[in-house]
Formats: sequence, C-alpha cells, structure tokens
Amino acid sequence: MKQNGKSVYSGIAIGPCRVFGNKDQMVKRIKIEDAQGEIKRFLQAKEQAKSQLAALYDKALNEVGQAHAMIFDVHQMMLDDLDYVESVTNMITAQKINAEFAVATTGDNFAEMFAAMDDDYMRERAADVKDISNRVIRILQGNDTAGELGDQPVILLADDLAPSETVQLDKSKVLSFVTRRGSTNSHTAILARTMNIPALIGIDFSEEADGRMAIVDGQSGVFILDPTEEELSYYRKLQEKERDQARLLQELKGKENVTKGGKKIQLYANIGGVGDVAAVMANDAGGIGLFRSEFLYLETQDYPTEEQQFKAYRTVAENMAGKKVIIRTLDIGADKQVDYFGLEHEENPAMGYRAIRICLDRREVFRTQLRAIYRASYYGNIAIMFPMIISVDEVRQAKELCHQVQQELQQEGIPYQQVELGVMIETPAAVMISDLLAKEVDFFSVGTNDLTQYTLAIDRQNPKLDSIYDAHHPAILRMLQMVIDNGHKEGCWIGICGELGADTTLTDTFLQMGIDELSVSPSMILKVREQIRNSSATA
Amino acid sequence: MREFTYTITDPEGIHARPAGLFVKEAAKFDCTITIAKDGKEVDAKRILGVMGLGVKSGQEIVLKTEGKDEDAAMDALCSFLQENM
Repeated sequence: MKQNGKSVYSGIAIGPCRVFGNKDQMVKRIKIEDAQGEIKRFLQAKEQAKSQLAALYDKALNEVGQAHAMIFDVHQMMLDDLDYVESVTNMITAQKINAEFAVATTGDNFAEMFAAMDDDYMRERAADVKDISNRVIRILQGNDTAGELGDQPVILLADDLAPSETVQLDKSKVLSFVTRRGSTNSHTAILARTMNIPALIGIDFSEEADGRMAIVDGQSGVFILDPTEEELSYYRKLQEKERDQARLLQELKGKENVTKGGKKIQLYANIGGVGDVAAVMANDAGGIGLFRSEFLYLETQDYPTEEQQFKAYRTVAENMAGKKVIIRTLDIGADKQVDYFGLEHEENPAMGYRAIRICLDRREVFRTQLRAIYRASYYGNIAIMFPMIISVDEVRQAKELCHQVQQELQQEGIPYQQVELGVMIETPAAVMISDLLAKEVDFFSVGTNDLTQYTLAIDRQNPKLDSIYDAHHPAILRMLQMVIDNGHKEGCWIGICGELGADTTLTDTFLQMGIDELSVSPSMILKVREQIRNSSATA
Repeated sequence: MREFTYTITDPEGIHARPAGLFVKEAAKFDCTITIAKDGKEVDAKRILGVMGLGVKSGQEIVLKTEGKDEDAAMDALCSFLQENM
C-alpha cells in the first residue's frame, strides 16, 4: 500500500516497521484445563525472555557501557522475582486462565504499583515491568519476531515525537522516522537531519503496520507498506546509488573549506548532546558551531547540577581537542518544555517566557550553567552564545553575570580561560540593532529558524503554513546582509547556525555576502563543503 | 537475628541499578533477609519489592537478617550499602 506524505529529509529506508508508543498487546482471557501445563509454558517463555535480555545486555555492554546496560540485567531479575512469578502461577492455578492473560494482568498490577509512587523516577519503572511482561507475552504468542524488533533497526512510526522522547531513543536502531503530525521544522525533522536518515511527516499509517516491511522514500515523500518484489528491487538499486554518492562525499574529508576564489570559511557542526560528537568527527567538522545545551535539562527530572553540566561540556571540549565549541546557553520554553521548570501555559509560547528571558529572571539557574561552562573552558576552546536576544541591555546583563562567575572562580582558585562571547541573531529586533550589539560581543550566529518565523510571522509548528514558509524570502537574505555588514564594521565574525546554513542552494550566496562561518548538521558538513569548493566567491 | 539501620545517601535513592546489585548480593545468602521503610517490610531478595519501597535519598531503612549465615549476610550487606548507597 502506497501513501504520500511530506519529506523532511531525503534518503531511502527499507525495513520492518515499529509503531512507537503503542507497545501494549491485546491479550484475550481464555479458560484452560491443564494449569500445570500452562505454568510450564510460562516458565519456558520466561527463560527464553531472559536469554533474549542476556543477549541485549551483552550488546549494550559493548555499545553504551556497563552503567546503561545494567537495566537489562535488572529486567532479568524482575522476571525471576518471586512476587512476580508467584503472582502469575497463582493466577493460572486459581483462575484457570491462560499464561498470556496472567502475565499481562501481573504486569499491569506491578506497573500500577510503580505508577502510584510519589517519585518521577520510580513512576517510569512502570514501563520496565510492562516491557518485560510484553516480551514474555510475545514469546507465548509465538510472535517472537516482534520481540526482536527492539534489537534490529526499524522504521519508526509515531504520532509525533516529543523532544524528551527523541532524547531517549536508541538512535542506532532507527532507519527512518514516519509521523502522522509534526512539521518540516519539528524536532523529529531536525533529529532526522542530524542522524542523516530519511523522514516523512503527514503519513496516516495503520496501527497494524507494526512488524511489517515497508519502504520510506525520503526523496518523493512516499511510504510503501508491504512492498511488492518489483518495488523492493527498484528501491534497493536506488539505495545503492545513494550510498555511492555518500562515498563520493567521504572523499571530501580532510579537504579545506575554500572557494575557487580563495575565500576560506569555517564549517562547524550543530549538536544536541555529547553522543553527537562522534558524528562531528566522522564528518570532519572544524568545530561545533551550536551546542544545544537543552539536552542536559530535558534528560533529567530536576535541574542538572553544576557538576553534571561541567562533565558534559568538558567531555565535548576535550574530545574536540582545541577545536572551537560554541555552547548556546539554555534555550528552554516555547516548544521545549521541562516539567520541573514549572512554566505556566502560554497562549503564544514562541513569543513568551523562554531562553535568555528565563535565564535573566532565574539567575541561579543561569549562574549554575555559566559556572559549569567557564570551568569546562579550561579544557578546550569554548565560546558562549546567548539565545533570543532583543536588546543591548540583555547582553550587558549576561556579560555582567559572566564577569561575576569568573571572579568567583578566581577567588575559589578554580582554573578557567577567557571565552569568546556571542549572541544569536534570531529576532528582527537583534537584526535592527546589530550595529549596537556588535560593539558588545565577539561574534554573531544567525538562528534562521526563529528569525524566519518571527520575520514572516509564521508559526513553524503549524504544518498548514509550510507551503508559505519561504526560507529564501528576500526579507531574510536582506537581514542577513545587514547583520554581516554591521558585524564586520565592529570586528565581529558572523555565522549561520539555523537550518538555512545547510541549504546548499544558498551556500554560494552566503559566501558572496561575506559570511565567515556555517554551522550545520554533522551529516551535511561534506555536502556544504562540496558547494563551498565549487563557489567562486573571493576573499 | 541481626538488625541494622542505615540512611541512604545516594542522591538518586535506591533506583533500579543499585536495587539490582543489592538483591544479587542478598541472594548469595541462605538466611532470611528483609528491608523495611516506615514499617513496610519486604524480602530483600525480591527486586520488585525492594524497588517498590521507593526509598529516596535521606530516608532510613532497617535491614534484618535471620538464619544460619545471618552474621556473614549482615556484614556483607552493610558494607555494600555503605559503598554503594
């Protein structure tokens, strides 16, 4: 069956589907005669589930280390827990019901116990108990291929994915994203671009797709469930062609970002977490032009401590070994919500209480982050940039806080280095006063996603408006020229870290305009490098 | 029977990972081992029960061992708690 949607990232994926967020199976209650036989079936399925989990543990141990692999060990122990086992066997004996139903009911009961606890962490453990129960049920139902889906890469089908969900995904197991909702600028889309995998939105898939084969064509926006042999062979050839193209790009690794006219620029990568550094290295980026620090806040149940943040920043700074790492300070609010911030519901969050506005209001949160960044600065080449700036006064307040933090560290005898300070240019206000802002900072980084949304007055979360969302609007290009000219007059360098920076149809235009740096998804680095090397812009 | 009261210092409380390690340690002994919080007592060899106590940082638990190897169990579990939680 063929369905058309909208492509948010090209590429071909072929593989089994997994419907995300719908893991519970329907289990029928069946009366049985032979309770002992049913218990035996359960015990056998339990042992099989344990050996699957043991294999998962070994795999995770290699891939993510012991600390994260331990959860699969805990899952095995849960399956062996006498409370759990006795609950299942008692139900089978006393009620003369099938093992599937007894396992499902037991799983639900324990999940409810966890769900009722007054601790966020423990409440999430409800998912663990359900997870192991579902694994046993799948084995009992002889539906074991579904159980393997978690271990083999899949095409992930979801209604939409929240930022907190994407953070927790095992990204090495995802071939493609297909969502019902979301827009070309949604988090799923951004994630797909970071991961360099095809993604489609607006596909109203069937819940029954789970476990079935499908093809995602990110070029033409087509989703094919249960493809025919002809379709499979056609797409396999296409996939092969794309891989050749990728190999070609690999040949650009290690080459300079220099135009035919001799103009050199910096080509950096955008990252959303420590785990992305590997992709930055693999794609030969010259540094990190946008380190979104939100992941630290999205991953936790409470404010991340200075120590937690310091470790993350230090790891990235050290891994980049002297290459620039530009950390964007907390940009929470709007479409990125975190429960413990206790932010009130807003009618218009994109224009609301977010980013630097929160940081300058909740100074302690901001101060903690700045201290962590300055401490990490000692271990590499770190720069800081502030998001959502609209006034000179905000920049001065932020700089004053940086100054205080440096003084504190000095008094405490903690080493740090001077860092470059910059602002994100993502509001029309910042563009219009860029001459004044340039006197305050070392660099500008243009966040084209927000700048376009604010300038064109188009909500980027609304898919209905995608057709009139023109990223190449002359208003944006004129603003960019204005920012470059104003910045250069005061000796600032200017970069682009929004999605537009990776738009290879504009690379030459940016170079002609005088841009100094482009920061793009790791997977786009080499494609942009190819464009730079084809450009005739002069120094 | 031996009894020992301990205050959890791990900032995350007894979450899944340490609970797993603790239960494994307890399972090495033959004697009856329980832990209790606020009067609610569970078998220390059963992970769902131990996690179900929902022990948080700063809370007190009472560890009891009773049986043939109760001394060895108490010694091992006390040092486990002090090192890991």
